[in-house]
This record gives sequence, C-alpha cells and structure tokens, in this order.
Amino acid sequence: MNQPYDLVRARPEPEFEISVDGAPVPVIPGQTIGAALHGAGIRSWRTTRIGARPRGLFCGIGVCFDCLVTVNGSPSLRACLTEARPGDRVSTGARAGQDGPGGRPGDGGGHGTDGGKTVNGR
Amino acid sequence: MKPRYDLAVIGAGPAGVAGALTASFAGLDVVLIDAAPRPGGQYFRHLPQGFNAQAPGALHHGLDGFTRQWETLRARADVLLGHKVWAVERAEGTVTVRCLEGDREERPRTVTARGLLIATGAHDRPLPFPGWDLPGVLTAGGAQALLKGNLVVAGRKVVVAGTGPFLLPVAAGLAGAGADVRGVYEANGRLGLARHPLLAAGKAGEALGYGATLARHRVPYRGRHAVIAAHGEDALTHVTVARLDSAWRPVSTRTVECDTLAYGYGFVPQLELPVQLGCATRADADGSPVVTVDGGLRTSVPGVYAAGESTGVGGAVLAEVEGRIAGRSAAADLGRRVPPLPRLSRRRERLAAFAKALLEAYPVRPGWQGWLRDDTLVCRCEEVPLSAVREAQDLGATDARSVKLLARPGMGWCQGRMCGYAVACLAGEDPAAPRRPIAQPIRLGDLAAPTRSPLEG
Ligand SMILES: Cc1cc2nc3c(=O)[nH]c(=O)nc-3n(C[C@H](O)[C@H](O)[C@H](O)COP(=O)(O)OP(=O)(O)OC[C@H]3O[C@@H](n4cnc5c(N)ncnc54)[C@H](O)[C@@H]3O)c2cc1C
Ligand code: FES
Repeated sequence: MNQPYDLVRARPEPEFEISVDGAPVPVIPGQTIGAALHGAGIRSWRTTRIGARPRGLFCGIGVCFDCLVTVNGSPSLRACLTEARPGDRVSTGARAGQDGPGGRPGDGGGHGTDGGKTVNGR
Repeated sequence: MKPRYDLAVIGAGPAGVAGALTASFAGLDVVLIDAAPRPGGQYFRHLPQGFNAQAPGALHHGLDGFTRQWETLRARADVLLGHKVWAVERAEGTVTVRCLEGDREERPRTVTARGLLIATGAHDRPLPFPGWDLPGVLTAGGAQALLKGNLVVAGRKVVVAGTGPFLLPVAAGLAGAGADVRGVYEANGRLGLARHPLLAAGKAGEALGYGATLARHRVPYRGRHAVIAAHGEDALTHVTVARLDSAWRPVSTRTVECDTLAYGYGFVPQLELPVQLGCATRADADGSPVVTVDGGLRTSVPGVYAAGESTGVGGAVLAEVEGRIAGRSAAADLGRRVPPLPRLSRRRERLAAFAKALLEAYPVRPGWQGWLRDDTLVCRCEEVPLSAVREAQDLGATDARSVKLLARPGMGWCQGRMCGYAVACLAGEDPAAPRRPIAQPIRLGDLAAPTRSPLEG
C-alpha cells in the first residue's frame, strides 16, 4: 500500500521510464524529474565545482539551483521544475551543472548550439 | 502601441487568482501568467492529471473554493501557464511583461497591459548550519511541494525543524502520508502563539487539527529546540538537536537518526519584479523587504498593484483577500464602477494584524550564528564558508554588499535567494530588496533581437 496515494484516492496512469545514467527510473505522468529521482531513493545527482559535494533537491521550487541536471544533452535544467517525458535520458554526476552561471558551451554532449548558455542577471 | 489587456496578473496562487477573477468580474480584460504548469501557487499546488486523484482536497484546506475561482476565471480570462516572467517594464501607461514559455524548449512571449498585479509569492528562508548542504536536507516548503505536487514523501525517517506555524502542516502532511516523523523542533517557544489574543482570529481550528494529527502519530513537538548540525557522508544519516536558551544558544544536545530533514525559518517574498519597476519597498515585522502598498494594494508606481506574500508573509487566506482588494482597485483606477466594500478591508486588517503577531511570535534570534563553524558554507552556490565572510569583514567589508563583493556569497546561480538573509544577518543588517535585472534565468538565445532592450539599459 502507498499512503499518499490512498490519501488522495489516486488512480495513477501507468508509469513510464526515464533513464538516469543508464538505469531505469519509473515516473507517474506529470511528475518532475527531481521528484521521480528523489522518490526512487536517488538523493544526489551532481557534485559542486569547488568542494565536489553531492547535491540534489533542496528548495524543491526552482529557486536554489542545487538540482541541476542534463537531460537529453541539454545541461543546467532544474530537475525540480522539469516535467519528465517518456524516454528522457538524464545524466548526472560530474557533468550536469558543474559549470555554474554562464554555462560552458558545448557541455551539452553534442546536442547543439547555445542550449547550455544561461544568463542569470548579473 | 495600444496595450493588449487591461490588467496582467503574475502568479496563479490564491492572491493572483482572486485578483484576476475580481478584476474580470469588474469588467476588465485580464490575462493571468504563471511559470508553473498548473495553477494553485504554493498553497494550492495541484497534482498532475496523471494521478487521477479523486480526493485532492485531502492535501489542502479550502481547495474547493480555489478550484471554483479557477474554473470561473478560465472561462472569462486568458490564462498563460508555463510562462516564466523574467522582466517587466512600464512606459507611457503600458506595462510590458516578458516571458519564456515552456520548461525546456523556451519560446519568448511578450504581454502588454495597462495595469499589472504582482502576486509572485515567497520562497523558504533557510538558515545555514553545518551540514545544510547534505542531500536529504530539504526546505520545509520543498518537502511540501514534493508531496502536494508529486505525491512523493520526502523521506522515511524525517525530522522537521525551524520556526513558525508552517512547520505544523509540513509535519502533519508527512506523518499523514506515511513518513516516520521523528520530531518537530520549533526554535521559538511552542506556546508563544497560544497566549496571543488574536488566536481567536479563527486560525486555532486549523492549528488544532495539525496538532491532533501529530498526536495521533505520536510525533513529539518541542519548543526551544533546533537542528544545529546535519551529518552523513554523501547523504543525511543523523542530526544534532539542541535545546536552546532564549537567544538560541545551545544548552544541551543529542543525536536523532533520520534520512531527511525538512526545515525553514520563515519565508522570503519574491520581489525582483516590483523592484525592476521601481516599486517602493519597506522592512516587514521580521526585517524582510516587502512591497509598500496603500489600503487598496496600490504600489508606489501608478497602475502597479501587489498582493499576497509580496506585501508581507501572511498565508493563503490573507493572500486571497488582498488579491480581491487589488483587483477592485485596478478596476476602479481604470474607470470601472466598483462600489466600496469596507468589510473586505476590515477583514484584511484583521488578518494582517494576525500575520504580524505571528512574525513577532516566531522571530529569528541571533544565536543561530553560533551554530556555524569556520568551514560551514554560508553560500551553497559559490561554496563560501563562514571563514571567508569573516575574512572579508576583517578586510573592512562592513556591510552585506561589500561582503558579497569580496567573498562572493550570493553571486552564484541562486543570486542570493538562499543565503541573502543569512549574509545580511552576519553583516548585522536587515536584508535589502533584491536587484536582479533578470528575474528568472534565461538562455542566451532567448535574449536575441526581440527581447534585447531590457539588458542594455
Ligand atoms: C515551497 C512552499 C510551500 C508552501 N506550502 C504551504 C502550505 O502547504 N500551506 C500553507 O499554509 N502555506 C504554504 N506556503 C506559504 C505560501 O506562501 C502561502 O500559503 C500562499 O501560497 C501565498 O499565496 P500567494 O498567492 O501570495 O503566492 P503563491 O501561492 O506562492 O503563488 C505565487 C505564484 O507566482 C508564480 N511566480 C512567481 N514568480 C514568477 C515569475 N517570475 N514568473 C511567473 N510566475 C511566477 C509562482 O509560480 C506561484 O504559482 C508555502 C510556501 C512555499 C514557498
Ligand atoms: S531544488 Fe532548488 S531549484 Fe530545484
């Protein structure tokens, strides 16, 4: 039994899978990548650039930027805001979001042009 | 150029939805914009359709009322969900709202209106402490968002800590959803509020409900206690809980095993959009900057209104009342006939007085600074330890701004949203209103031709 599901009497649609560093993670349609990872017991998915500290969800609502991931080659997406899509390939660890503000062009794993460059208003 | 709408409303929480609906009823042509894919804001955060929840109201008080407003609004106004607003400008009586649509492939979109209602809510206010960056340590609101928005319980063995009445619904929500809540640690006295005469304001019932849930699950709720350190190699395994004196200095400590900590020391209103427009701000009862408004929720900039947490942290009921008042003012200022409704203003005054009493009953006391060690990160993004902040101060940085320039706290991805309050406290000042020319991070490609001007200014 699953208490939160019972609580709201959920009748969830069939799960789909995304792959996280090659391993399958189940998702209920509509869940964010961050929620799916956290729910699957994956608590961290990148390391910081100075202290190499593990990071995952912190604020859960898109303000702390701790949860950055690379999805299908697009780096620096906030996992807590990004709704998962069937077949998404999420890569974690040393790559995603390591480069901080401004991004590093080309870190997106050959996905294209300036997809990774982000301006944060400084 | 003639603006497309009479009123643009940013934020689909209780304040924005009530404001948009009221303005629309009063005859305005309204557009409502929110970054999230679903309406509700923080309090009425909706589950995705994929769950087919038959009883979604189990997670929120008053969801039915909100849903009715939302359905009515959708039928009479334009609603742009999944639209992040990154800049607003105002010139010659027209407000231009610059958005990005979509969560991955972002498309720029611009909305123009004669008036603007800002109802962008707040985010959690965490305090730094040793281990706060370990995976498994979440903000209290973050834990709540996982549950309300994704039906994910933040952890198996969870500790809830911080200060303020918000800890109770978070703990009750987690316990009700199956987590083993090891304790709720309130840094202020847990009875601070019960003695307050304003408890009669009607909040008592809700608080008692949470208390009953906690009692049923045998969750201890302790006042004058705080989590002062989190431990674990790569993820949280236990926390140090301290009994505090009245200044929040630890008196004694013990260890509590847990895989998750959900904590928060209040909220920070999100002010980048009103600040971009030049709206005046003031320090709220807890020192947080909030938008200055008159009794009609008008900001200092003509045609710009603010409601909900933007004008001071006060919860969902006050947010809705403020939204309604703001919607009426916007309509009246655009020449619609809006009869006065003193009852509504009196209601706001009562709720605002209650909110102020809450802020005063649950302050942040200076003793937390003593929980930090030299190597404790103050800024998570730029990984700035306390020692670097102290060094900057020794070099003569006497205010938060100079500390930021020398030691770089608040210069990373989050732009000081997480550490700004703490850095201000360490520098001995009230936090300043944020100056962020771009309210949401955007990709360089989106800054090309059509949306270039705001950056050049
Ligand atoms: C994470 C979190 C969880 C919370 N959970 C609860 C709870 O469970 N119970 C409770 O009593 N209180 C909760 N609160 C307190 C909450 O602030 C109030 O209860 C209430 O939701 C405030 O209403 P509001 O309309 O002012 O703002 P909100 O409800 O916060 O709505 C603001 C809306 O504005 C949108 N927005 C903000 N900036 C932008 C932008 N730049 N572009 C586009 N859209 C934008 C946001 O997406 C959001 O939907 C929570 C707060 C936080 C931060
Ligand atoms: S968890 Fe903070 S931005 Fe995603």
